Amino acid sequence: MITHDEAEVRAELRDWLRAHWDVNRSLVAWRNLLVDSGWGMPHWPRAWHGRSLPMALLPAVEEEFEAAQAVGVARIGIRLLAAATLLEHGSNAHKARFLRRILTGEDTWCQLFSEPGSGSDLAGATTRAHSDSDGWVINGQKLWTTSAHHADWGLLLARTDWDAPKHSGMSYFIIDMTQPGVEVQPLKQMNGHASFNQVFFTDAKVPAENLVGKTGDGWKIAMTTLAHERRNADALRRWGHASPYAGAIYDQERAEIATVMEPYKWYPQRAGRVDLIMSRARETGRLADPALRQDIARLMMLSRSAEWLAHRARQAKVAGKPEGPEGSLGKLVASHVARAASHVHTLISGADAMLAGADGPHDGLIAEILLSVPATSIAGGTDEIQRNIIGERVLDLPREPRMDTGPFRDVPRNPTRGR
Amino acid sequence: MRFGYTDEQEQFRDIVARFLRERSPTSEVRKHMASDAGYDRALWRQLVTELGLTGVHVPESLGGQGFGYVELGIALEEMGRALLCAPYFASSVLATEVLRTVATETEQAMLLPALVSGEKLGTLAWVERGGQWDVAATTLTAHGQGEACRLDGHKKFVLDGHHADLLLVVARTRGSVGDAGLGVYAVDAEAVGITRRQLATIDSTRRQAEITFSDTPARRLGGTESAAVKLRQSLDRATIALACEMVGGARALLDSAVGYAKLRMQFGRPIGSFQAIKHKCAEMLLEVELASSAARYAAAAIDDNDSEVPALASLAKAMAGDAYMHAAIECIQIHGGIGFTWDEDTHLWFKRAKSSQVMLGDASHHRERYMALTEASA
Repeated sequence: MITHDEAEVRAELRDWLRAHWDVNRSLVAWRNLLVDSGWGMPHWPRAWHGRSLPMALLPAVEEEFEAAQAVGVARIGIRLLAAATLLEHGSNAHKARFLRRILTGEDTWCQLFSEPGSGSDLAGATTRAHSDSDGWVINGQKLWTTSAHHADWGLLLARTDWDAPKHSGMSYFIIDMTQPGVEVQPLKQMNGHASFNQVFFTDAKVPAENLVGKTGDGWKIAMTTLAHERRNADALRRWGHASPYAGAIYDQERAEIATVMEPYKWYPQRAGRVDLIMSRARETGRLADPALRQDIARLMMLSRSAEWLAHRARQAKVAGKPEGPEGSLGKLVASHVARAASHVHTLISGADAMLAGADGPHDGLIAEILLSVPATSIAGGTDEIQRNIIGERVLDLPREPRMDTGPFRDVPRNPTRGR
Repeated sequence: MRFGYTDEQEQFRDIVARFLRERSPTSEVRKHMASDAGYDRALWRQLVTELGLTGVHVPESLGGQGFGYVELGIALEEMGRALLCAPYFASSVLATEVLRTVATETEQAMLLPALVSGEKLGTLAWVERGGQWDVAATTLTAHGQGEACRLDGHKKFVLDGHHADLLLVVARTRGSVGDAGLGVYAVDAEAVGITRRQLATIDSTRRQAEITFSDTPARRLGGTESAAVKLRQSLDRATIALACEMVGGARALLDSAVGYAKLRMQFGRPIGSFQAIKHKCAEMLLEVELASSAARYAAAAIDDNDSEVPALASLAKAMAGDAYMHAAIECIQIHGGIGFTWDEDTHLWFKRAKSSQVMLGDASHHRERYMALTEASA
């Protein structure tokens, strides 16, 4: 095993940045250089634009980039899930064709998994791929597709075998989002934002070489993508900030980040904005209401305990201890906090809770909180699914009896388009 | 270590848990909760000699083990889980805490080692008939100086007060009001003018007494300054300790509910496979882990001398109170009719949950206190 000394890695990177970082290059030209050097994705294998460095050294690498004010590779958004999935399951041809353009930011990606008929039950997807002489033809509909409206490529989960059980009848494809037969429609939500799209496929072509893995491997590969998605939730927060410096290359990076992060801009409101509660209660004079004080305290205590619970999960991970129940509870508790916050925000605002936009408190921000909170209990697995997962995987309670283990053709399901 | 335990702390937990599992199963708890003494003297001796639990957080110079509140919290969590029937909370937490905070070093050296060695039982008598969980509500009066003090008045809800040897009594000097004139007085339980009566309580694993003092000789501890601030400090620490114990009890109820849900068959399948039951259990786990995070954080904050300890005490007590009571109710619900029987053990924890919910202030009291403290610090 090769050991890597942090000081040596830092010194080598510092030298390389000193020799190559040039604020006057175009963003793509700089990133091409970065991809060739392996410093853009140092934990990736040497064969594929990396340096095979251990993950533990990434913070040091990031610090050196920050110190040099250097821009990194494009590593926010779904493109990174695509990269991670292709790195693990893609052919060499896939890697050669797609990885570089992901890292330079030239291509953006979207993830075409969820459907109108299969939300929590993702493996119930009915978008179909049937083979023809040149490859595959796709028909069906996907939903909740973040960033589909500016994606060049999509990661598509589609059903290739209707006689196999649901999980083994699916395959994983790379699909060109700009071709005929792919129609992207933004989906407006109840809070007025359009973070997602619906995507319709009508005889959309996928060449044979764009199948990832083998037919029938779709579910297994999708699990890799989803695992990276869960892990990246943290990275999204960390990397979703543009460099604050002046210069054309930074402007280009800022524009890229603004586009990718646009669907997520209302997410803080989705969490209920507990941080505003005390000042709002003071503002409206409701802090003196004994009943409301009980609700505020209940919320503050829940919110703080939830933070400590998350800290416990992180600390256990850092200490290399097996994952305890803390990790699985994070999603569910976030939803409790958001709901409680929405309730308390409503009480604090009184009649003003009915108002939005310029008429609403905090220039409409409070209205946005009230209309965004319901998303928390649904997105990324509903509360009900979380409770099932906690019950079955953490508490080891018996599983639900299943009605969907036979051939998928015979499984009762929602009516969908394109059948 | 506010978010994790060291390997040594985990080992300590294992030792305490194993001891209690072996020596204090519910059959023993049931035996001693029905006895006159209310606890097992032999077990108490072992607790002292084998595990040194009576002095976990007491400095070695006073006969203790010199650990911190995190370790005390671990011990209490396990005692709560096992529903240990013993005067631990009264003597090793309340009385010990007040002595450590209010008494002078000389007084501590004189009084504390007997509690740490388990030779004597101590308790704190502070609440009165109105049941107000604030020392400022004290009406019991003291007169006279130093060792020649006399007490007159009445105390209620005194934990293990019927058999404690050393009574630490909160009293005020005649004519004083509010925080002024408050003091802690050491009283020998055999002193003249004391009438003790054991109260009938819903939780017979934790006894309470009513005590009347009539011209009873007492000795004022810690000088003549008002003890209000120090008393509140020691009560905050005791509150956090109680929250830890409650978390342990809530865990026992959760385990019992989950275990039963796996075994009990209805409609041809274990009831734990029904989402209605599964989701209840998942929510119980969440509440227990939240309360556990709060209690653990608060205990570590005492060790760190964090100025937020009073607010954290209220936070931990409110979270633990709600989680424990909810777990108790759901555990009976999941057990169905059998859960409401005397033979099933759930009611033992239900009763402890109920008395702990109220003791040292209920969740509403602590939520209001948390708000007041948060506003004051903003």
